[in-house]
Amino acid sequence: MAVFLIRRVLQMAMVLLAVSLVVFFGLYSIGNPAEILLPDDATASERAAAIIALGLDRPIWVQYWVFLTNALQGDLGTSFVYNVPSITLIFQRFPATLELAVAALLIALAVGAPLGLYAGLHPDTPLDRTIVTGSILGFSLPNFWQGLMLILIFSILLGWLPSSGRGPTGEILGIETSFASWEGIRHLILPATNLALFKLSLVIRLTRAQVRETMQLDFVKFARARGLSDRRIIGVHVGKTIAAPIITVVGMEFGSVIAFAVITESIFAWPGMGTLIIDSINKLDRPVVAAYLLVITALFILLNLIVDVLYTVLDPRVRLGAMK
Amino acid sequence: MSAPAESPPAGSEAAPSRWRPVWDGFAESRTALIALAVCVILLVLALIGPWIAPQNPYDLAEISFFDGRLPPLTVTPEGKLFLLGSDNQGRDMLSAMLYGLKTSLFVGVASGVLAIVVGVSLGLVAAYAGGAVDALIMRVVDFMLSFPTILVALMMLAALGQGVDKVILALVLVQWAYFARAVRALALSERNKEYIEAARSLGLGWPRIVFRHLAPNCMAPVIVIGTMQVASAISAEATLSFLGLGLPITQPSLGLLISNGFNVMLAGLYWISVFPGLLLLVLIFAVNIVGDRLREVLNPRNAR
Repeated sequence: MAVFLIRRVLQMAMVLLAVSLVVFFGLYSIGNPAEILLPDDATASERAAAIIALGLDRPIWVQYWVFLTNALQGDLGTSFVYNVPSITLIFQRFPATLELAVAALLIALAVGAPLGLYAGLHPDTPLDRTIVTGSILGFSLPNFWQGLMLILIFSILLGWLPSSGRGPTGEILGIETSFASWEGIRHLILPATNLALFKLSLVIRLTRAQVRETMQLDFVKFARARGLSDRRIIGVHVGKTIAAPIITVVGMEFGSVIAFAVITESIFAWPGMGTLIIDSINKLDRPVVAAYLLVITALFILLNLIVDVLYTVLDPRVRLGAMK
Repeated sequence: MSAPAESPPAGSEAAPSRWRPVWDGFAESRTALIALAVCVILLVLALIGPWIAPQNPYDLAEISFFDGRLPPLTVTPEGKLFLLGSDNQGRDMLSAMLYGLKTSLFVGVASGVLAIVVGVSLGLVAAYAGGAVDALIMRVVDFMLSFPTILVALMMLAALGQGVDKVILALVLVQWAYFARAVRALALSERNKEYIEAARSLGLGWPRIVFRHLAPNCMAPVIVIGTMQVASAISAEATLSFLGLGLPITQPSLGLLISNGFNVMLAGLYWISVFPGLLLLVLIFAVNIVGDRLREVLNPRNAR
C-alpha cells in the first residue's frame, strides 16, 4: 500500500509538471494582457511600466521558472483583472461548482440506477428498449441546448423556476450551501438537472450492463438454489457486486462533471469556477486560467487515486499490488 | 441479355464480402436502419443545401432587415414564406440551418477522419514497435484521456483563437487518443499471428507490414469509435461555438445559430434557438444509434 501510494504521488507530480509546462507555454501565446488591461489612451511609458510590473519583459523561461517556484509555494499568480491572488479567486468560486456537481451526480444516481436496474433485470422487454434508446437520446442531447430548453420550458413558458444565478445561501454544519433555503434549492434545480442529464445515460447504461453480466454469474444461481428471495439476491448480493464498478466510474466522472459544469454554469449564470474560466479566457487573464487548469488537474489526479483506493475496499478481488 | 444481369448476385455469393454479415446484422434492427436513412438524408441535404435553400442567408442583398423576427409559417406581403421563421437580421431560419448543417457536418467528419488517421497510425506503430516507442505513445494517450474533451478543446481554442481550421485541430487533438488506444489493443494480438510473420519473412519493410497487412485487420473498433466520435465532435463544436470559442460569426454552424437565438429567447423568440437545436439533436442522435448498432454487430462477444 505504501509503495503504491508513493509511486502514485510521484506520478501525480510528473503529470502536474507536464501540465504546468503545457499551460504556461500554451497560454503564453495568447495575446498581450497589457494591451487589454491598459486604457486606450495609455502613453508609451505607462505601457512599458505595466509590462515591467506584470513581469512580461523577462525571457519566457525566466517567467516560467518564477511561475513554477511560486506555484510550489501555493502562489499561482495574481489575477490581472481582479488584482486578487488567482488561487483565492478559484477557491472562492469552488464551493458553488462543487455544490452543483454533487447535486447533479446525486440526481443522476438516484434516477439512473433504478432505471438501469430495471432494464438489466428485464432485458429485451419494450420498457428496456425504451430506456436504452432513451439513454442514447440522453447522451446525444447537446448539453447547452438542453439547458436552453429547460429554461424555455420551466422558466419562460411555465414560470416555475428561476433561470439564472445562485439563490441565497445559508450555513448547514458550517458549509455555505444553497440547500439551506427553499429559494436556494429552487435556483439549484434547473442547473443541477441539466448537469445530471449529461451523466444520467452513463449511469443507466453502466448499471444495466453490470446487472446483466452479474445475473448470469454462478453465485446468483447458487443463491437462487438456496431459496433466497429475488429481493435479497438483487438487493444484497448483486447490489454489492455492481456497486464497486458503478462507484468507480461515477467517481472518475466527478472530475469531468466539474469540467463540463463550464457549460451549465455559463447558461444558468451560476457563479462557479466555470463562469470564472470563460470570463478569464475572454479577458486574457492568464494567471487565473493557468491556476484553474492546475487546480482542476490536481483534482482529477486526486480523484483517480481516491477511486483506486476505494475500489480495493469495496471489491476484495482487487489488490493494489496488481495495479501499476 | 439476362446473363449479365444475373451474374453480379451470383458473383457476390461466390466471394462473400467480409462486410456482408455486418450489414445483415445491422439491418436486423429497424431503428438502426431508420437512423442510417436519416444520416444519409441529412448528409444529402447538407451537400445540396445551397441549391435548395429558399435564400442565401449570408448574401446581404437577399435578406431584408424588415423580415426580422418573424415567427414560423409567416408569409410576407411580397409572398415570401418563412417556414421556420426568421432571426434578428431577417434571415430565413430554414436556409440558415441548411448552411449551418453543412458547416457542422464538415467540422465533425473532417476532424473525425483526421483523428482516425493520426490515432490509428500511432496506435499501430506503438503496438508493432513495442518497447520505448510504445511506452512513450501510450503515456501521451493516457495523459490525453485523463482530461475531459471539453477542457482540452477549451484551452486549445483559448490559445489559438477562432476559426474552422483551429476547431478541427482542437477536436483532432482530443479525439486521436481514443483510436490509438483501441487500435493498439487489437494490434497487439494481431501482430503475433502467422500472416504478419509471413510478411516479415518475405522481407517487407515495417511501414508496408503495419499499414498494408496489420491495419486492415484492426479496423472494426475504428468504425465504431469513429461513428461515435463524429457525433461527439459535432456536439463539441456546437458547444464551443455556443461558448463563443468555436467558429467565427462568418461561418455559422448550428451551435452558433443556437447561441444567437439564446440572446433573444428570454424575449419569447423561441424558434431561433429551438429549430437549429432540434436539427442538431436529430443529427447526433441518428449517428449515435448507427454507432451503437455497429458496436453490437461488430462486438466479437456477440458473434454468431
